[in-house]
Amino acid sequence: MEYFLQLFFSGLSRGSVYALIALGYTMVYGIIELINFAHGEIYMIGAFMGLIVAGVLTAMGWPVLSILVIAIIVSVLYSAAYGYTVEKIAYKPLRGAPRLAPLISAIGMSILLQNYIMLAQTPDFLPFPRLIPDLDFMERFSMFLGTSDLFIIVTSLVVMVALTLFIKFTRMGKAMRATAQNRKMAMLVGVNVDQVISATFVIGSSLAAVGGVLIATHVGQINFVIGFLAGIKAFTAAVLGGIGSIPGAVLGGLVLGWTESFATGYVSSDYEDVFAFCLLVLILIFRPAGLLGKQRAQKV
Amino acid sequence: MAAENIFAHVKRALIAAVWLAFLTAPIMVIRVDTVEKTVTWRWMHLAYMAAGSFLLALVWYIMLERRDRGKANKDAEGNVKESALARGFADPKLVKPMLAFGFVAAVAFPWIFSMYQTNILVSALIYVVLGLGLNITVGLAGLLDLGYVAFYAVGAYTYALLNHHFDLGFWTVLPMGAIMGAFFGLLLGFPVLRLRGDYLAIVTLGFGQIIRLVLENWSDFSFGPSGIANIDRPGLFGIPYSVEQATTYIYYIMLGLVMLTIFVTARLKDSRIGRAWLALREDEIACQAMGIDNTRAKLMAFALGATLASLMGVVFAAKTTFVNPASFTFMESAMILAIVVLGGMGSVVGVILGAFLLMLLPEYMRAFSEYRMLLFGATMIVIMVFMPKGLVRAKRKIYKINAETAG
Amino acid sequence: MAQTDTAQAPDGAVLSVHNMSMNFGGLRALSEVDLEVRQGEVVALIGPNGAGKTTFFNCITGIYTPSEGDVFAYPRSGKKRRVNGMRTNLVCELGMARTFQNIRLFPSMTALENVMIGRHCRTKTGILGAILRGPGTRREEQMVVDSSYELLKKVGLEKMANEYSRNLPYGAQRRLEIARALATEPFLLLLDEPAAGMNPQETLELKEMVIRIREEFKVSVLLIEHDMKMVMSLSDRIYVMEYGRVISTGTPKEVGEDPQVIRAYLGEESDA
Repeated sequence: MEYFLQLFFSGLSRGSVYALIALGYTMVYGIIELINFAHGEIYMIGAFMGLIVAGVLTAMGWPVLSILVIAIIVSVLYSAAYGYTVEKIAYKPLRGAPRLAPLISAIGMSILLQNYIMLAQTPDFLPFPRLIPDLDFMERFSMFLGTSDLFIIVTSLVVMVALTLFIKFTRMGKAMRATAQNRKMAMLVGVNVDQVISATFVIGSSLAAVGGVLIATHVGQINFVIGFLAGIKAFTAAVLGGIGSIPGAVLGGLVLGWTESFATGYVSSDYEDVFAFCLLVLILIFRPAGLLGKQRAQKV
Repeated sequence: MAAENIFAHVKRALIAAVWLAFLTAPIMVIRVDTVEKTVTWRWMHLAYMAAGSFLLALVWYIMLERRDRGKANKDAEGNVKESALARGFADPKLVKPMLAFGFVAAVAFPWIFSMYQTNILVSALIYVVLGLGLNITVGLAGLLDLGYVAFYAVGAYTYALLNHHFDLGFWTVLPMGAIMGAFFGLLLGFPVLRLRGDYLAIVTLGFGQIIRLVLENWSDFSFGPSGIANIDRPGLFGIPYSVEQATTYIYYIMLGLVMLTIFVTARLKDSRIGRAWLALREDEIACQAMGIDNTRAKLMAFALGATLASLMGVVFAAKTTFVNPASFTFMESAMILAIVVLGGMGSVVGVILGAFLLMLLPEYMRAFSEYRMLLFGATMIVIMVFMPKGLVRAKRKIYKINAETAG
Repeated sequence: MAQTDTAQAPDGAVLSVHNMSMNFGGLRALSEVDLEVRQGEVVALIGPNGAGKTTFFNCITGIYTPSEGDVFAYPRSGKKRRVNGMRTNLVCELGMARTFQNIRLFPSMTALENVMIGRHCRTKTGILGAILRGPGTRREEQMVVDSSYELLKKVGLEKMANEYSRNLPYGAQRRLEIARALATEPFLLLLDEPAAGMNPQETLELKEMVIRIREEFKVSVLLIEHDMKMVMSLSDRIYVMEYGRVISTGTPKEVGEDPQVIRAYLGEESDA
């Protein structure tokens, strides 16, 4: 039972991070029907920003918890700026181009960002400081739920609730929903579509950055390629839930997290990543609309 | 160009440079060591970055304006000006001597240059074939395959394993590798080909990763990450030869295979099958409504691309005498894709040019070799934004109408 | 799947649709539609926007599978075939070729090549043939080129044979789509709003072209059209649709006097 709970909670925390990244994919896809290949890199940059802030503040001797908060904030701001810039450079000039064009440029952007980090920082793994202290009252649960797992789960939950409220009730949120449904129509009724697209990238990137810092401090090391795998897995989560659907991304993230956690726990840990890819392939082949997505009729 | 125009560009480029400098500052400048708790500040990087991004942004804005103006012109006139490059390739008076010269130079190459150079050229030729193979799938049929390198791995491991366990020679395995490639192409293609473009891209990416991960983890079968060494070089009627001669020999094998591939792809492109692929790329629904079996056409393109990749895998294994999973990462797939995109999707000449540019330039500019992948990424973006048709625009054939029936 | 029946349809039908319905989720886009096209007829399908006309086309060409009912085709071979859920390319191979409401040419292929695509299902060069390019392949290829050029002449586009289809003027694109459909040697030509966006002169020419094509190629024509003048003067029979149902059918004269049709059309106008 304890083992089961341990797998359950590690799957939950892993899944929440997938969900955080998956939200970025799903939102961007919902608005401009593009698989933002560079999204995983934004997550990776978020982790690096976290590391830099943590490194500087640790050297200055700040307390751990305040470092964590500042690291997350700075990393969110910077990642958002990166997301914004990436859209302006690689996707905006390609609006109205054939469908494969922005996808290829997205792959190019992903490679560019990876190598930029590798050259500016290092090709090796860097140790990431532990920013989440062990809380005393958590000791009783430590057999199956670590503080950092709990912290990840709670933070993700808060962020997701905030996102839902934002999309439901704010002006920009409404504009986003309108644009996702029908871009032309939204434009006609006065929605500034450029702004909406930028906002989508900014929000998606911020969420990814939160995920990046949390996972980095949990795992304890980062390097420039972590974004690739995380990106693909989060994309799997987005597709699993039904791409374009926000609750779908969360559900997909959790299902993927649990699948990986239980499969590595009970079956074999050698093939950890293979499970995710197999799930991705199977879902796309058998239910491309995902768990919560709607099967849409082809327009002719 | 008007002076105030330049001024506006400079202003925008300055803003962009400040923004990019701000954006990259922490990552470019600060280097932390969390174990020793030390921080290194590299302020000079910021200056380089600012200057560099100013220049790049200036060029970017000027080119962007020219592109959009070009578009407007094109709409007005209804046709596009060919680039000098494309015209050079099209002029029949120039093509024949160029081809003859190219052929003589290619045959003479290993006798003029060192083994080292020949080896590099062999690699470039392998990428020419890989590019042409992927060009069938992506360029002609419009199926974005991001796991192409998996088929390359299939060929390499087919030879490596058969050679290791059963001592089979290169020439025996070469056709088997082709068959294995086609088989895997069909096997993977069959379930995924009814997916829409970008989903197809992701599924092929997933398949590519699965194959690599299996090779890495299933040690009993593939010897895991350490790979398989001491693979035999191609046999030459049992005549023993030195390493240097081997390079020359493989070079000629590759030259033959390249010419064969060019012949095959050029013929296919200009045939009933090639037209069906193009139609498929342009509009799937209309294509099927005009009586073309989409699934069949897609499978053909997919399997043919896979066959060529697998063939190259066999040659690769024989050339390096060693294979391991690290040679078959996603970056490899991306590189081949970059070749196709840079050269011009659908254009045979373009892809050959693309392969030589992307393979040879980094090789001869050693100073830049660390920047190779960075430049690949940037190239892909720039090409997509400014010349989405690539260096050589694929041209449609002008057909001759039989005067008798048409008269 | 495909029932075969050597008996020709009693009244010389080439297409007969019985009781066909199409549901999208809860939405009933087509409801119990009956329709028949006889040999050599020009039949028009009219009705207000959103009446389900294009959905009807999509259902009989295999793009959608009808939820209920039967679609039977009687190709030249004389064998009755059930078309429901048949793959789109097989429907075309059977001999039912269509055009699209929002022109779907292959934009970066030349006009000639667009027509040549139509010849695809009537030719058979395979991969090996294409690579070796033997005399048989060459002969077939030249025949494809020549017959496609002939078709371009029939629709008056021979001068633009080597232009990219995206560069053709609008009316020419519509005609090119018809030529492409004819290249598949259909017994039934399905035209989805062929006159949309054309001026009166072009519409008149189009009408004459359709009549010429019917004679020359011995095809039956089923067309969706909004231009009433064209519909009334061109078609042998008319089906009127509204809200997914056929509300009236008959000769142009009969339909023109049907009070239900008048209501449907006037009703729509007062909405607008």
